[in-house]
Amino acid sequence: MEQIPILMVGDCLLVSIQVDMHDQLALALQDSLMTKIVDSNARGVMIDISALQFVDSFIGRLLNNIASMARVLDAATVVVGMQPAVAITLVELGLTLSGVRTALNVDKGLALIRRIIDGEERELDRREK
Amino acid sequence: MAKRHETIIPTLIEKHQKPLIDEWMAAQASFGTSGTSGDVETCTRFLTELRRGTAAGEIENLQAPVWNGMRELLGEQSRARALKGFSPSETAGFVFSFKRPLFALLQREVGASAAQLAAELQIATQLIDGLGLYTTELFQKSREEVISRQQQEMLELSTPVVQLWEGIVAVPLIGTLDSNRTQIVMESLLQQIVASGSQIAIIDITGVPTVDTLVAQHLLKTVSAARLMGADCIISGIRPQIAQTIVHLGVELSVTSKATMAGAFELALRRTGKSVVDRKPSQASA
Repeated sequence: MEQIPILMVGDCLLVSIQVDMHDQLALALQDSLMTKIVDSNARGVMIDISALQFVDSFIGRLLNNIASMARVLDAATVVVGMQPAVAITLVELGLTLSGVRTALNVDKGLALIRRIIDGEERELDRREK
Repeated sequence: MAKRHETIIPTLIEKHQKPLIDEWMAAQASFGTSGTSGDVETCTRFLTELRRGTAAGEIENLQAPVWNGMRELLGEQSRARALKGFSPSETAGFVFSFKRPLFALLQREVGASAAQLAAELQIATQLIDGLGLYTTELFQKSREEVISRQQQEMLELSTPVVQLWEGIVAVPLIGTLDSNRTQIVMESLLQQIVASGSQIAIIDITGVPTVDTLVAQHLLKTVSAARLMGADCIISGIRPQIAQTIVHLGVELSVTSKATMAGAFELALRRTGKSVVDRKPSQASA
């Protein structure tokens, strides 16, 4: 069965979706991603969907779910590289993915995750003082 | 299959072409279409085509191939008149005014036989009415083409996406926002965001006359789509009346908003880690 690779970059997990997502594959991705977060103690998850041309309501909801689940495991999720057509479709479907952070490309996504993690640590430092 | 009609009209036209045209020109002038009448050349072409069509006996079917030349001529005429801003009756008057000289001619030539006159008049009326209606239809169509072209141009003109700075784009919206326009604005904005890699988009609504719940919903859709791509939106140019309307309507604009484009630009610069400073502080304060 085909699988979407999950790469470890620093303390972040990088998922780049290059194939058409069917529901089974998406569920498998959600499953292995959560396992990987726990195993690797990752602080951030970045999902690159720049190669994705079609997104249905199921995938949209799944992205939202992944973000919520990752938050429970204390990892920040950033979705990067969404195509304009995909963004319009999701908005028309009424899925604004309000729980998901977004960035234009992988570069800006990594910077955003770094900022989120640093921000959380600064908050902790401030409380300790 | 349409019936073939035998008529003496083509013979009459051939015999009396010159006086027919003279009378027709006079009739056009008295039809209240002064200055709008066709020239002699056009009238001659009209008569030639009319003769060809009636000689073939095709009275009922103006779509027949024998009328191709006539349809082309009327097409040119009505298009030219539509573009010059003539009224529909002025345009159709060109054809309808031909009735008077033609009927007079028929009266003179076959007036002796009441039955033949009636038959010829019937054919002539049917023909001229058909041609007149066709002219009006064409006139209407060319007017509609003009309107739809202008609409299209307005849509294209009214949604420019401008790059204000590295990483900052702006859309100055002008005119009412309907779903059609929102779609176009959204598409061009999102494309520009990708193309320029901008993190911040400023939507300026100074030129939007009214903001009701529908317009607000359209705005929020655009904002959500931009956010999904990873760009933040700032709405600017909210006039005092619009601020009041928004609150009275109970619309929740859950976006950063600024009163002016300048304010939004300053905020955008600050968010991207830039700022504008006076080059010589001493002069500015003096």
